[in-house]
Amino acid sequence: MTNDNSTLTSKNDHASLVDTLASHGVSRRSFMKFCAATASMMALSPSMVPAIAAALENARKPSVIWLSFQECTGCTESLTRAHTGTIENLIFDAISLDYHHTLQAAAGHGAEEARMIAMEENHGKYLLVVDGSIPLDNPGYSTIAGISNYDMLMETASGAAAIIAVGTCATYGGIPHANPNPTGAVSVGDLIKDKPIINVPGCPPIPVVITGVLTHFLTFGSIPELDHLGRPKVFYGQSIHDRCYRRPFYDQGLFAETFDDEGAKKGWCLYKLGCKGPTTYNACATTKWNNGTSFPIESGHPCLGCSEPDFWDGGSFYKSLSMPTENLTKTAVYAAAGAVAAGLVVGTANKMKKSKVAASHERMTIDDLEK
Amino acid sequence: MNEIDFLNWVRGTGLQIATIIFVAGVIIRILEIFLLGRKANLAEAKGSEMKSGLRTIITRSVPLKTTFQRSALTVVTGFFLHISLFVVIVFFAPHIFFFKDVTGLYWPALPTQIVDALTVIGIITLLVILIRRMNDKVLRFLTNGEDLLVWFVTFAPLITGYLAFHRTILSGPTMIGIHILSVELLMVVLPFTKLMHVFTVFLSRWYGGAISGYRGVQS
Repeated sequence: MTNDNSTLTSKNDHASLVDTLASHGVSRRSFMKFCAATASMMALSPSMVPAIAAALENARKPSVIWLSFQECTGCTESLTRAHTGTIENLIFDAISLDYHHTLQAAAGHGAEEARMIAMEENHGKYLLVVDGSIPLDNPGYSTIAGISNYDMLMETASGAAAIIAVGTCATYGGIPHANPNPTGAVSVGDLIKDKPIINVPGCPPIPVVITGVLTHFLTFGSIPELDHLGRPKVFYGQSIHDRCYRRPFYDQGLFAETFDDEGAKKGWCLYKLGCKGPTTYNACATTKWNNGTSFPIESGHPCLGCSEPDFWDGGSFYKSLSMPTENLTKTAVYAAAGAVAAGLVVGTANKMKKSKVAASHERMTIDDLEK
Repeated sequence: MNEIDFLNWVRGTGLQIATIIFVAGVIIRILEIFLLGRKANLAEAKGSEMKSGLRTIITRSVPLKTTFQRSALTVVTGFFLHISLFVVIVFFAPHIFFFKDVTGLYWPALPTQIVDALTVIGIITLLVILIRRMNDKVLRFLTNGEDLLVWFVTFAPLITGYLAFHRTILSGPTMIGIHILSVELLMVVLPFTKLMHVFTVFLSRWYGGAISGYRGVQS
């Protein structure tokens, strides 16, 4: 990430990416491998590898302003620590991260000045990365240097070339937006309509997705193809369920019933334990986490669906998708009791009416007919 | 409303509304039948109502030879459809998880391949039934809006469930959401249409048999 010197300057910080990588001891061979891996990850033709390499080699460090609003810093933790020492991390070193209030050494006015300088010098060209949601109910709920999140976002977004919304909070509002949404939290996309926005949801998102998006931006000067929720299709095109290595167990109807039963030990499907894999689109099952070590399902825990909107409001994490989110038994019992009571009341009323009519019935006699 | 909101709604509020209408509707319809009352039969009983009633519940499942000869397709598709629906609803693992959550009862699931095959049989059967209904002059004349509604609300959960399981056409959450919504539609429609036979079939068979039993004639 950025160091103290580069925090306040971007003027003299235009060394090319490949120079920076070389200074970090990354060989050209490793660099080409990264380009090839990125091309394959993003489903690009192998013929694109030299193009990616050339673009990255010639790329001048793009200025990046990173704004953190109502968030837990988990996204930053994920992106900076999960892949420590890897080439993807060096890509981060190679961008000019001019403002990131968690990572920058500067504080107070100096920090805000860095943001203003970066915005001024790179107007219309800088990338804006946002994590966290924006509270609309009261600007005082979340401020930075006395500036409300809303004002800071609108001001910074106005000169951005594109915006990357990192994490579920920035993408859909996330946990702050969860019912009852006490701060009136909204996503970046709810507020900004006139800039290209790349949504990279996840709680936290996969680090390699960020580098992939950055590489795409540096190579093609454009944003990757997005799905209907603004997510890069290359990473969010398939569901966890469709790429899950436990899928054959689902197809065979073999499910772990609890976290420590025979099925769980045999690695059977976690659908019954609440896995949201069938409704969650993300790359966890393929790129995995912690340098490709594993992903939650591989560790025996169902997918929570964290890269989908409102994943916090879908009932218990441990209820399977086919189960109701609320207590249906109670509803059914109340409905039944109400129906029985109503039925009996109406039935009794009818019976009473019937007997009343029967009681008031006057028998006709021969005399009546002769009248 | 995004697709996850939609899914959460059908699994939450939607299901609550459908359950209230379904449970209350079914109970009121059944109470209606019982509380309507019958006039006391003053004739002397010539046989057992209960025995004949119970026997009829079973014998009505076996078609008469003449009935089969006259409308073999109706009988065969009827069997296929009902077996398919029973197995798919009761023995598909995710459905069992639902029943367990609501009732606490739990039973083993059938392998997915069998459920899948029976879903296809159910879908094909319903299509055959509709085609026949539309092509037969008499049946078409007798068909009213309710018949088509009943066909649709039965067909929709089968086809959407099949598509959701095979994860085609629409995204995962949307397809599963539409499937659950189609079941909710079925739940809302069921108590007020001829689909009520799910709950009254054995009752009405028993009653038919009981009348014959009382009179001492074959049912």
